[in-house]
Amino acid sequence: MATTYFTEDHEWIRVEGGVATVGITDYAQEQLGDLVFVELPEAGRKVKKGDVAVVVESVKAASDVYAPADGEVTEANGALGSDPALVNSSAAGEGWLWKMKLEDESQLSGLMDEAGYKAHIG
Amino acid sequence: MAGEASKTLPLDDIHKQAGARFGDFAGWSMPLTYPAGVMKEHLHTRAHAGLFDISHMKLFAVSGPGAVGLLNRACPLDAAALEPTQSKYTFFLNEAGGIIDDLIVTRLGPDRYMVVANAGNAAADEANLRSVGKDFEATIEPLDRVFLAIQGPEAAEVLEKAGIATDALTFMHGTEPRQDWFMSRSGYTGEDGFEIALPESDARDLVPKLLADERVMWIGLAARDSLRLEAGLCLHGLDITPDIDPATAGLMWSIPKGLRAEGEFVGAEALRSILAKGAQDKRVGLKPEGRQPVRAGTLLTDGDGRPAGRVTSGGFGPSAGHPVAMGYVAAALARPDATFFAEVRGTRIPVGIHSLPFTPHRYRKG
Repeated sequence: MATTYFTEDHEWIRVEGGVATVGITDYAQEQLGDLVFVELPEAGRKVKKGDVAVVVESVKAASDVYAPADGEVTEANGALGSDPALVNSSAAGEGWLWKMKLEDESQLSGLMDEAGYKAHIG
Repeated sequence: MAGEASKTLPLDDIHKQAGARFGDFAGWSMPLTYPAGVMKEHLHTRAHAGLFDISHMKLFAVSGPGAVGLLNRACPLDAAALEPTQSKYTFFLNEAGGIIDDLIVTRLGPDRYMVVANAGNAAADEANLRSVGKDFEATIEPLDRVFLAIQGPEAAEVLEKAGIATDALTFMHGTEPRQDWFMSRSGYTGEDGFEIALPESDARDLVPKLLADERVMWIGLAARDSLRLEAGLCLHGLDITPDIDPATAGLMWSIPKGLRAEGEFVGAEALRSILAKGAQDKRVGLKPEGRQPVRAGTLLTDGDGRPAGRVTSGGFGPSAGHPVAMGYVAAALARPDATFFAEVRGTRIPVGIHSLPFTPHRYRKG
């Protein structure tokens, strides 16, 4: 059974069996506007909580997406290479950014659930 | 402008109702995008007609027997040579030849001109006009107007349908068609189009008429920027600044030959000396390889890693379908086959020179 967490930086993290899939929320993609490029991490890259894991570029500007916890990247969403707009059309689905093996799942314990996130964005 | 409350557009309520997302630009709270989003707004303008609220820009009416003398001194311009209704792209220069602002000056009558200037420089422009104007018998009148741009291949038909005649105007001409209106065939997108300054009450009548036409949609500042960048048009503050002169910026086409040699405009001596020596840097169009945009401020190196230039505007061109940029490179390196390198977050991106504009201009020259 997967659990989904949300950060104040408008990321979602779906955790299943110690592996987290990370993306940005629909609210975030709306704020960013049409994406034209996503810089993805290599599989095997080790990240610390708060590191810039992904950079999403809209027509106008680049924005950082942070690692929500320590771990190792296992896969990046290669489909975004040719179609970065998947993040706009399906932020919570096909527009996922990367998967990572978590070192310590308890690092996520302070994050919001969906109801908390909805209240956060108002 | 940090800490200063930003000014709101006269039609702010209309933009809010249209669902605009706002951001600060040059001291104004401006619509950046509407719900359609920058990509659709950009492409719609190239295909149909985009409506822009550019009321942040400043208009100055300059009139009186000394108007020609004032403008000839303030700008590298032969104001007397302009035919009535003719517009000209020009500048205010400082004594060093640097660009205080870029402008469009239109002759409206024997002694009457309209100066359209950038929002961010409105105060500096007015101070400059008044300072130069001390020696001339001319009135400088800053105008408070709503200022709309309608741009795109269907712009003329849309205006005609809304009861606004466009036949009399070809590209870079302007008139005062109604009381307190100023309308010119010009723009900042590379497309055919018009800019109309008008009183707020008239604008509140006109805007719903225009939007009722399915060929028209609101276009925000984000698409205005991507449209002008594809069209190779400079943004003052980025691509041209008080530290950059028209020769370096590749804008000498706007200064008549006679004036380069003999003109007595502010900055003439400095510009002549720059021209005699040859500009050290040159403004060029730049095309980054791949999909990743290279943004303003990025430094460029040559193949050996030596400094070669810098990017002054950069983003993604929705019509071009690839990243687009412009910037300055050392004049000796500004060859069509040159390749530079931009380092973006640790990735070395090859950047080629691309002729400007990226998308062909489609002006209606009559």
